[in-house]
Amino acid sequence: MSEINKKTGTFAVKTGLAEMLKGGVIMDVVNPEQAKIAEEAGAVAVMALERVPSDIRAQGGVARMSDPEMIIGIQQAVSIPVMAKARIGHIIEARILEALAIDFIDESEVLTPADDVYHILKSDFKVPFVCGARNLGEALRRIGEGAAMIRTKGEAGTGDIVEAVRHIRRVNEEIQRVLGATPMELMTIAKELDAPYELILQVKGLGRLPVVNFAAGGVATPADAALMMELGCDGVFVGSGIFKSDNPAKRAKAIVEAVAHYKDAKLIAEVSKGLGEAMRGQSVAQMDDKDKIAGRGW
Amino acid sequence: MKIGILALQGAIREHRNLLRRLSIETVDVLNPDDLDGISGLILPGGESTTVGKLLVRYDLLEPIAALGRKGLPILGVCTGLILLSKHINNSEQYRLNLMDTYVERNAFGRQLASFEADMSIPVLGDKPFHTVFIRAPYINKVGDNVKVLLSDEGKVLFAEQDNLLAVAFHPELTDDTRVHEYFLNKINNFSEQ
Repeated sequence: MSEINKKTGTFAVKTGLAEMLKGGVIMDVVNPEQAKIAEEAGAVAVMALERVPSDIRAQGGVARMSDPEMIIGIQQAVSIPVMAKARIGHIIEARILEALAIDFIDESEVLTPADDVYHILKSDFKVPFVCGARNLGEALRRIGEGAAMIRTKGEAGTGDIVEAVRHIRRVNEEIQRVLGATPMELMTIAKELDAPYELILQVKGLGRLPVVNFAAGGVATPADAALMMELGCDGVFVGSGIFKSDNPAKRAKAIVEAVAHYKDAKLIAEVSKGLGEAMRGQSVAQMDDKDKIAGRGW
Repeated sequence: MKIGILALQGAIREHRNLLRRLSIETVDVLNPDDLDGISGLILPGGESTTVGKLLVRYDLLEPIAALGRKGLPILGVCTGLILLSKHINNSEQYRLNLMDTYVERNAFGRQLASFEADMSIPVLGDKPFHTVFIRAPYINKVGDNVKVLLSDEGKVLFAEQDNLLAVAFHPELTDDTRVHEYFLNKINNFSEQ
């Protein structure tokens, strides 16, 4: 094989990694010790960040990309893929993460947006990106910019699953609408959903999103994780839910098993026993709109 | 004929879809009972540490290893190649311990080094195969009983040992069914013996 023949950073190679993560759990970690606990529990990847979303919520201030030194420490601690977050629209944070050879970048609404009009043009990068979405149009706009993976936004750091459920149901309903439509109707649907027309055509052809779609934002228990799988998600991100609970190692392992066997209620009952208290959390219904972060993203 | 697909984690539906196109029935393997009556088993790509741990937790590791020793044809893709191997450099992770291969995990590097390329694989015919490598492993040494089907600069990327087939790239991410057909031929040859 000649070296010239090898193509890196292609869309197929980016979505390929996302495909390999399916049926798995990606865990937020803030240091190498947590990363090792996550790997030991069976996480398919870790998300390296300085503060988990619930702490960002509690402490306020501007949330930015993590310290490269901390990211490198986590990369050295585990053999599974390491992801990290860049602020929405922050091209340079993304370039820094690419320079660190991070495996996946999350252009994330959990951090304070750097640009309130534009997202990063992710197709300019060799490293794959994941982005949050609340509906089909948002998901397809991100894919149009080059995202290789989508996740529900949910409402990060609350431990309340209701928003993640709302987002996956919305995406599913809108996909059904596309699938049920005649070709003549698709341009108007694209317009109504604020979605690129070409990608609406792709959804119509494939019968699903063109990339993998994970759950995120509010997963706190094995049952929450299995619920999101039942609703059609390909895998699960768990942020504050693990390391803000009583027994992170045990809960992490239980969530991994619940995702792998999400149709097996007996097994989920078994792994849910004696996990100690889940993260306390806060109900999204009681929150002011200004405290919600899912609205960030354009 | 029914082919089992280990369905604990990873790229499962791609194999299911590919085999469906070849009119082959599949069953998802999640528990030891699911292994009953299968003619072959696919170990799909995913995260090898995750899959290894789940294999142990659900008492699948030893039953699959036993079937492999008895001659059940097994196709290991990427993570599956690692699981089939007897030797994994720098790792104590769980494995089936079946193939006389020495494996290097994430051998090309992190995701930025993942690549696609057309490669010539003589056993699959004249037309090059479009290979996709994702944080891929490779085999850097094989025992005498292992047949190398594809290697590049000393890196073994596709290998065969009796009933076992190990591939470092992802045929399931393409439309090309030739690796799967090669595996199905193997199953047919084994059942005739």
